[in-house]
Amino acid sequence: MATEPLLTARGLVKRYGRVTALDQADFDLYPGEILAVIGDNGAGKSSLIKAISGAITPDEGEIRLEGKVVNFKAPMEARDAGIETVYQNLALSPALSIADNMFLGREIRKPGIMGNWFRMLDRGAMEKRAREKLTELGLMTIQNISQAVETLSGGQRQGVAVARAAAFGSKVVIMDEPTAALGVKESRRVLELILDVKRRGLPIVLISHNMPHVFEVADRIHIHRLGRRLTVIDPKEYTMSDAVAFMTGAKAPPEAAIAA
Amino acid sequence: MTDASADARRPQEFEKVLSASDTSVASFDTHARSPIEKIQHFLHSNPAAVPLIVLVASIALFGVIIGGKFFSAFSMTLILQQVAITGIIGAAQTLVILTAGIDLSVGAIMVLSSVVMGQFTFRYGLPPSLAVLCGFAVGAFCGWINGVLVSYMKLPPFIVTLGTWQIVLATNFLYSANETIRAQDIETQAPILQFFGANFRLGNAVFTYGVVAMVLLVAVLWYILNHTAWGRHVYAIGDDPEAAQLSGVRVNRVLISVYVISGLICALGGWMLIGRIGSVSPTAGQFANIESITAVVIGGISLFGGRGSILGMLFGALIVGVFQLGLRLIGTDPQWTYLLIGTLIIIAVAIDQWIRKVAG
Ligand SMILES: Nc1ncnc2c1ncn2[C@@H]1O[C@H](COP(=O)(O)OP(=O)(O)OP(=O)(O)O)[C@@H](O)[C@H]1O
Ligand SMILES: [Mg+2]
Repeated sequence: MATEPLLTARGLVKRYGRVTALDQADFDLYPGEILAVIGDNGAGKSSLIKAISGAITPDEGEIRLEGKVVNFKAPMEARDAGIETVYQNLALSPALSIADNMFLGREIRKPGIMGNWFRMLDRGAMEKRAREKLTELGLMTIQNISQAVETLSGGQRQGVAVARAAAFGSKVVIMDEPTAALGVKESRRVLELILDVKRRGLPIVLISHNMPHVFEVADRIHIHRLGRRLTVIDPKEYTMSDAVAFMTGAKAPPEAAIAA
Repeated sequence: MTDASADARRPQEFEKVLSASDTSVASFDTHARSPIEKIQHFLHSNPAAVPLIVLVASIALFGVIIGGKFFSAFSMTLILQQVAITGIIGAAQTLVILTAGIDLSVGAIMVLSSVVMGQFTFRYGLPPSLAVLCGFAVGAFCGWINGVLVSYMKLPPFIVTLGTWQIVLATNFLYSANETIRAQDIETQAPILQFFGANFRLGNAVFTYGVVAMVLLVAVLWYILNHTAWGRHVYAIGDDPEAAQLSGVRVNRVLISVYVISGLICALGGWMLIGRIGSVSPTAGQFANIESITAVVIGGISLFGGRGSILGMLFGALIVGVFQLGLRLIGTDPQWTYLLIGTLIIIAVAIDQWIRKVAG
C-alpha cells in the first residue's frame, strides 16, 4: 500500500504474571480502511486493542499515531487523541442514563456563570446531542434518553456503546466484538454503521469471531495467534476456511501475505 | 466452503428477509406496565422516595399517638438538633458509600479533629480560628491516607478504614492524654469553637447553627452529586470502576478526592461536636460511624455503590431521630428504638435489592 499507515504498533509485549498476552505483536492500520482482527479465544486481540487505546500500558514496544510516538497512560488520553473504542465489556455505567454515559468524561457544561463557577452540567444539550447521534446512526429510536442504561436490553446497551464510539471518534474507531450480543437485525445495523463510519473517512478496527461479517466488510484481515500478528490477508484472495486454518494453526500462512 | 469468498461480500442468505422486517428497531418498551412495575420504576428513579414516605408516615404516626407534645415546632426542631451531627457524618459516609466503599473511620476522624481544634488552642495558644483550620487539615490528611490506600494500593475500603479507625482513635487518646477541655474554659477563651452550638429562635422553633450547616451541606452535596461532572463520576465509579476508567473517568483521582472531602466533612463534624457537647472530649462520638452507616442505609443508598440520593441519607437520619424522640416521649424502654431501627435497616436493604431488579 502506497499510503503511510495511520496507526502502527511494533513489538508490543504485555505480560500478566506468567501469561504473555502480547508477544512482540505488530499492528498497522491504514487511513480509511476497515481492518478486521481475528484469532482464537485468548489469542490476545483484546489486549492488543487495549494497548492501542490506552486501557493497558504495554511492557515493551512502540505505538505511533500519524507517525508520532504516543504513550497513552489512560483511555482518556487515547480518546483525546481521537481514538474511540467499544470495549468487549462495553464500559457503560449501568445506573447512569444513556446521555450521561455517552458524555462520561467529556461532559458539556452550561454556558456562563452556572457552568464556569458552579460547574453545572448542561443536561439539555447533552441529551439533545445524544439523541441526535443515536438517530443519525439509525441504530435505535430512543424515547427516553434519560433512562438508566441498566434498564436496556443487552443489545440496546451494545448499541449505545457503539453509537458513543462512532459519534466521538475523530481519527480511529475500534470495536471489540460489537455484535456479540446482538440479534440478526441489530448486527446488520452495526455492520451498516461500520460502513457508514468508513464513508466518513475514518478507519475502523473490527474484532469479531463472525467470519461472514468479517469477510463482508473488511478490507484487510489481521490474523492474531499466540499473542502476535501471524499474517495479514486480503479477504478477496482467501476463503473463510483458509482464514480459520491460519488462525488455528492448521495451515501455515503464506509468506508474501504479511506485506499486504 | 470454496465459493464462500465469492458470496462473502454480500449479506448472507438468511439476512435477505430483513428487508421485509419490522423497521421499528430496538425501540424502548412501551408496553403497559402493571402498577407494581410502575412503583418499582418510580422508586428506581427516585431513590429518596421510600425514606421520605417512611419519615412522613412515622411523624404522622407519633403525632397521632402522642399529640401536640410531639407534633410541635419545638419537638421537630429538637429532632433536627439531635441528628445534626449524624447528618454531617452521614454526608461524608454517603460520598464514600456511593463509590462502593465504606468508611469506618469517620467518627474517629471527627473526634481527632475536634481534639486538635481544642488542644491547639489551649495547649499551644494558637488563635482559635487557626486551630480550627488545623483541625480541618488533620481531617483532610486522614481522608487522604484512606484515599491513597483504597485507590492506588487497591486495598478494600472496609479493611483500610478498619485499620485507620483504630490508628486515628489511638492517636486521639495518646495525643489528648485522655484530657477533656472544660466547657467554661472554651466559653471564656475560645467561643468560636462552640459556634455551631449557638441557637436562634423562630417562634417556638429552635435552630442551632449546626442544624443550618448540616442542611446547607446536604443541599450543596446534592447539587454537586447530581449536576456536576465530578458527581456523575462518583456514581460511575461506584457502579463499575473498570467501566468508568475505560470510558474516561480518572478513577484514582476521584476516589482520593472523595476520601479527602469525607475527611474535611468529618472535621466540620468535629467542630460541631464541640458546639453540641460544649467541651472537647476525646471519648465523644464513639458511635458516629455506625450511626452514619445506619442513616445511609435507611436512606436507601446502596452499600454496593452507585445508587441512592444524599437526600435519602438526611431522611434516614431524621427517621432515627423521630423514633428516638417519639419512643422517649411515649416512655418505652430505649431498647425498643434499637429494635425498630434494626428492623428498618433490614427492610431498607430488602427494598434496595427489589428496586435493583428493574435492571433484570
Ligand atoms: N487482566 C488480565 N489478567 C491476567 N491475564 C489476562 C488479563 N487480560 C488478559 N489476560 C490473558 O491474556 C491472554 C489474552 O487475552 P485477550 O483478552 O487479549 O484475548 P482475546 O483474543 O481478546 O480473546 P477473546 O476472543 O476470548 O476475547 C489470555 O490468555 C488471558 O488469560
Ligand atoms: Mg477479547
